[in-house]
Amino acid sequence: MKPPRFDYHDPETVPEVVGLLKTLPNARMLAGGQSLMPMLNMRLALPDHLVDLNRVEGLAYIRETGGALEIGAMTRQRDIEFSQLVLERCPVMHEAILQVGHRQTRNRGTLGGSLCQLDPSAELVAVAAALEATIAVAGPKGTREIPFSGFPKTYMTPAIGPDELLTRVRFPLWPRPHGWAFVEFARRHGDFAVVSAAALLEEDRGKIKRASVTLGGVAAAPVRMKEVEKALVGQTASDALFRDACEACRKIEAMQDVHAPASYRQHLAAVLSRRALERAHARIGAAKMSS
Amino acid sequence: MGFVGRSVTRLEDAPMLTGRGRYAADVSFSRELHMRVVRSSHAHARIVAIDAGAARELPGCVAVWTSEDVAEIPPIDFRSTRVQGLEPHRQPVLARDRVRYVGEPVAVVFAEDPYLAEDAADLVTMEVEELPVVLSADRGTEAAVIRKGYGDIEAAFRAAHTVVDLDLSIGRHSGVPLETRGAIARYDAMRDALELHGATKRPHANRDLLARMLAREPGSIHLYEGHVGGGFGVRGEIYPEDVLVCAAALRLGRPVKWIEDRRENLMACNHSREQRHRVRAAVDAQGRILGIDDEFFHDQGAYVRTHGARVADLTAGMLPGPYRVPTYRAVGHYRLTNKTPAATYRAPGRYEATFVCERLLDAIAAKTGIDRVEVRRRNLIAKTEMPYARDLDVIDTEVVLDSGDYAGLLDQALARADWAALQSELEQRRAAGEAVGVGLAFFLEKSGLGPVDVARVSMAADGTFDVVTGAASLGQGVETVLAQIAADALGVDYRRVRVAHGCTDRIEQGYGSHASRTTVMTGSAVHIAATKLRENMQPGCSAQGSFESEHMTYPYGVHIAVVNVDRDTGGVAVERYLAAFDVGRAVNPRLVEGQIEGGVVQGLGGALLEEFVYDAEGSPLSVTFADYAMPTACEAPGIAVLLTEDAPSPLNPLGIKGAGEGGVNPVGAVIASAIDDALGVAGAVTRLPVTPPRLVEIMRAERR
Repeated sequence: MKPPRFDYHDPETVPEVVGLLKTLPNARMLAGGQSLMPMLNMRLALPDHLVDLNRVEGLAYIRETGGALEIGAMTRQRDIEFSQLVLERCPVMHEAILQVGHRQTRNRGTLGGSLCQLDPSAELVAVAAALEATIAVAGPKGTREIPFSGFPKTYMTPAIGPDELLTRVRFPLWPRPHGWAFVEFARRHGDFAVVSAAALLEEDRGKIKRASVTLGGVAAAPVRMKEVEKALVGQTASDALFRDACEACRKIEAMQDVHAPASYRQHLAAVLSRRALERAHARIGAAKMSS
Repeated sequence: MGFVGRSVTRLEDAPMLTGRGRYAADVSFSRELHMRVVRSSHAHARIVAIDAGAARELPGCVAVWTSEDVAEIPPIDFRSTRVQGLEPHRQPVLARDRVRYVGEPVAVVFAEDPYLAEDAADLVTMEVEELPVVLSADRGTEAAVIRKGYGDIEAAFRAAHTVVDLDLSIGRHSGVPLETRGAIARYDAMRDALELHGATKRPHANRDLLARMLAREPGSIHLYEGHVGGGFGVRGEIYPEDVLVCAAALRLGRPVKWIEDRRENLMACNHSREQRHRVRAAVDAQGRILGIDDEFFHDQGAYVRTHGARVADLTAGMLPGPYRVPTYRAVGHYRLTNKTPAATYRAPGRYEATFVCERLLDAIAAKTGIDRVEVRRRNLIAKTEMPYARDLDVIDTEVVLDSGDYAGLLDQALARADWAALQSELEQRRAAGEAVGVGLAFFLEKSGLGPVDVARVSMAADGTFDVVTGAASLGQGVETVLAQIAADALGVDYRRVRVAHGCTDRIEQGYGSHASRTTVMTGSAVHIAATKLRENMQPGCSAQGSFESEHMTYPYGVHIAVVNVDRDTGGVAVERYLAAFDVGRAVNPRLVEGQIEGGVVQGLGGALLEEFVYDAEGSPLSVTFADYAMPTACEAPGIAVLLTEDAPSPLNPLGIKGAGEGGVNPVGAVIASAIDDALGVAGAVTRLPVTPPRLVEIMRAERR
């Protein structure tokens, strides 16, 4: 549980970070350290250089602009949890972040760190997929944007170069009122979800106009259930509709690990996506009644 | 008014609460070396070659040892429950010729700091020839067979009105103290004294075992206990690492420090509990037990450690529990597998045995149609039958249940839980669609293991008192409880009493803290010594007390739990929990409640969450706290404790029975029973832990 030797770098600007990444071989960036520090201590990560992002200016903010929420990569999960803007404009993210680890880990953990770690069960990764977020990365040639659908490259590996860093995430907002829910099943409070489900619904005159259903923890990256979404749009919401549509989730090719076999994850996928849709739909009703 | 029986404030907390505790990792000596163990990554293999050349050349690395360097050190011997056939399976301190589980020490590295020690350990490579891996006690090498029983079991089954038979399994899990193991050794040439710091549980016995292994006089080895962050049976036994730091301190002439990391802890420290039972009971038309016949398979892992066959022995010896069982047969197959060696974990053998016994009682109730409470009432040994001798021995003592009013406690627990109202409340909730249910389990504990304990009490010049014992403190409040007992005998304030424990150079004899023995055995010795001192109480005077006991004392209890099953996910929420426990006499009721509450939560871990899982090649998959899921405060239900003192033990002057293990003992049994009730399916749970995927499978099978 002692990390191997590495050189530590402490840059203060994004260009400095990019410069370091361009020249240093085998470097890793340190954000909140909630995954990297244990990986270093267990010698599962063996970098020669550690580039600490904690003093880099201008990477922590939450703002609304052009119909989207923009959040800086180094924004602490705890700040997202307490953001009034997030609560009002993107409640699904608020509900998700309450299920990210524990208060202590959220104090340190960052949005960018979670997305780059890309754990298949991470709540914020599922939210990014559900909202079709756009990821901004800075590199030697400037900044480029990646739609989230193209962000996961392989298991726990984002599609960004070794000399690039994630700087900002843009989450398009859903109109008011919309239905939303983030539900998960974990063995214990604060654990990574065995399976999580995010649902967003927009309804118009009793019919579902738009739907987003995302499953985390089932496959290597979050799965958008287009088949379920398609089955919902144009229909009148009902428990039977949700139940039948969500049966499609049992067909996903699922992972297995020490906590659960693939068949159980498929089962949970159907259960939790249904529950998320039911809750999202109920919230549209509640929003209408209160408005 | 005396102190015994009052929930006075703990004496030992101030340094821990103010950050001045001294745990093993806090012990440091100048010029110390740091030891790192190179562990096998193969579950079973022949060692062809070990290459330590690169490690030896690393600057800062002082030495690297493999088995050849410690050839003179014998395998680690048993300190208890020696059974014919086990000797060849004792663990060497470093693997010789073969490795038998992932995590087995293969080499050790000594370096100037812990970082360099890990760097050097990473450079040690091993060439092996893989061998077939055995991961189930259904097949493993049979090292011994434990047989216990009495009466004509075959006749009982011939005469039976009804027979129930079950196939039950308890998962591999263990005590996981938050403080990992640690051992720091140094040799003082001036005194010719070898010191081992980080000791606990059984310092004197461990000193004697080390003396034999290192060929030294016991008087030249001193063990020291600091603060201990939990023991639960696994901490404080002699493991390879303890022997290696001692040998290295002697040979290298510098202090040597080893602090276990969590990954090592979960693959190298003792595992426990894994057993499969094929058990049947013969009952008459009234639901009275005529006989219990149990064949079980004990998964010992790769080696037999210091406890010998203790867990299997306790399982077989305690299984009849609080019931009248006229005939009994237990055959325990003690088998070796390519997994981490197993030994005792809080309520060893009883967590398993109570699960089996109470599953049987529930099955009898279901099959005969007699209410489950009534079935228990008909079979419980009566107060008038006490003391109740069973023609059975357990860990080398005859089983004589010393005292108890089992039916009385059952009544009190049912009243406290408002059993009848609870039944109708749950029925209504089930009618409304919820899968809620209540479980009940009666259990028998054992405590106060003999044969003897001693204590010395002396009066200092300033009018305070020193109580010197051979007990150990794993955090449970030993100092406070022994001070309360001494204070009452002396007629002084308990805060004027200092209690020493865990240090072999303070007292000649000592039996440590384990087997729920300390308050009974050491407490009685302290009481006797302090009573003697009071006859001539002057500064400078001291008195010795010795307490002998041939038989254990048997506390007992009932747990009742309400669970809510999520039929979709298989998740189980424990809504309410009642633990009723008769301890004869509670010296400090609040500390007893703390013991019970902590034990219940550990029990819930084994019932619902914790399991050491291996892949097909024998690699352990549960080696971090993300994958080995212990319950946290968030998962702990509210626990009500009904502490009773209705049946004081006649075996010791204060009437005390041990309280360390009654919290954990029946939890697997009660949760299984509650889940059955929630699902409305008798006998649904046959295997612990009841994980969500398994419970979904149970419900699916039920629908088919």
